[in-house]
Amino acid sequence: MSITPLLLKHIFKKRATILYPFKEREKVHLPEGFRGELRFFREKCIGCGLCFRACPSETIEMSIDEKGKRPIFYLDRCTRCQQCEEVCPTKAIELTKNFETVYFDRKSTIIK
Amino acid sequence: MSIKIPIGPQHPALKEPENFTFTLDGEYVVKVEARIGYMHKGIEKLMESKNYIQNIPLVERICGICNVAHTICYTQNVEYLYEKPIPRRAEFIRVIIEELNRIHSHLLWIGIAAHLVGFDSFFMYTWRDREVVMDLVELLTGNRVSTALMTIGGVRRDIDDDKAYKLRKGLDILEERTKYYKKIAEDEKSLLVRLRDIGRLTPAEAIKHSAVGPTIRASKIKVDVRADDPYAAHDEVPFNVITYDTCDVFGRLMVRIDETLESINMVRYCLDHMPSGPIRIRLPNAPPPGESVSRVEAPRGEDIHYVKSNGTDKPYRYKVRAPTLGNLSALIEMLTSKGDYLVHVADIPVVLGGIDPCMCCMDRSAKFIDPIKGKEWSLTWEQLKLYAKRKWEKEGIKAKCR
Repeated sequence: MSITPLLLKHIFKKRATILYPFKEREKVHLPEGFRGELRFFREKCIGCGLCFRACPSETIEMSIDEKGKRPIFYLDRCTRCQQCEEVCPTKAIELTKNFETVYFDRKSTIIK
Repeated sequence: MSIKIPIGPQHPALKEPENFTFTLDGEYVVKVEARIGYMHKGIEKLMESKNYIQNIPLVERICGICNVAHTICYTQNVEYLYEKPIPRRAEFIRVIIEELNRIHSHLLWIGIAAHLVGFDSFFMYTWRDREVVMDLVELLTGNRVSTALMTIGGVRRDIDDDKAYKLRKGLDILEERTKYYKKIAEDEKSLLVRLRDIGRLTPAEAIKHSAVGPTIRASKIKVDVRADDPYAAHDEVPFNVITYDTCDVFGRLMVRIDETLESINMVRYCLDHMPSGPIRIRLPNAPPPGESVSRVEAPRGEDIHYVKSNGTDKPYRYKVRAPTLGNLSALIEMLTSKGDYLVHVADIPVVLGGIDPCMCCMDRSAKFIDPIKGKEWSLTWEQLKLYAKRKWEKEGIKAKCR
């Protein structure tokens, strides 16, 4: 049994996993450039509709308000591919590091 | 007397949803029938309604584990339509991510193979060390599995010195661990007993059934798209095509372990010899009319994509041949007893797992076959609804379908 020494050695070692949702939340390591939940800066938007054309999962719908065309984001459909952030000419869309995106109702996932 | 047992789509022994009917003579399997199409996703049709940029994340979801192979295949297929070369640095970054993806996929499979033969401690240690490569992929691309790094005309993120340093450190750990696993796989008696002479596929059978990837390479045949038809930076990056002559599941395990070591060296070579320069070029939204085919060596074998463009910003036709479809008829050959080669019922899971199946990638829609008259036909959605309505009305149940 050539794996036995490894098994015996690991009896006294610390575990490889973390008790994520209950303890050790600060141990979750996220690198720079992690693709998390989307954030939208409405004041920067110019309504060009490029994000609407780049989105693969129909997360973005264009609506018309007093300023002209503006996007509405349905985050429950978002796959976090970052293509909207990439095409945005005014950097009005940003992907944050937030990955805990659980809500009690669908309405709170809509960003205007 | 023979007994027929159906296994799947949902079954504890199968890790993938697919239906197989095994005909048994006592304890031995004498005939296997595969019925594909349970997880047909309709991705090819959906791609015709989206533009080329929107299709990249969709292609990524054909297969979760070998997503990089599919996205490289798709993006270079569309780039062939433009007939413009992409920057050399982007090609090197593509090779790096592809090989990291191969390491992660092979380590995953080694764990699964150990789990299928009941060697769970080996499974847990390989999966723990797989986290190292997952973290490296997350560092380079922003996500553990869905990389979303490829785009038409290059790649979306660059690798700077800091990331390259972390990558090298991670690769050192992976190399040490993989060498240790190779030693265990060669010495461990329980693995050898369960994997030796199981799932036999002779070289002649492998060619006849056109197996792909590690399955055919374990049958001593040198087939690898990276060497035969180099794409991206593979024309420059040196590597050995690994073959084994054991023709069984043990050979497939060893091919995958050795390929992991080769991939680690390839990533190191790419980091050393990567030229500087831009990482992407901008291309117009609509490619010129035409058609093209692209081939990529995915972790499971050869992946083929076909595209036909009619000059608009959406593909006119897109076709995907995922590697598992190439291995399926060889799998049926491996599972059938013939002569002195006998397949026990207990060996079914490990032989099925031996090809590293990804059934959902390759499932396609059904065709109607009449074996007596020798006729084949297919029905449209309207015809199918009418057929269902008539059938249920005949049985006295009011049709619920609209």
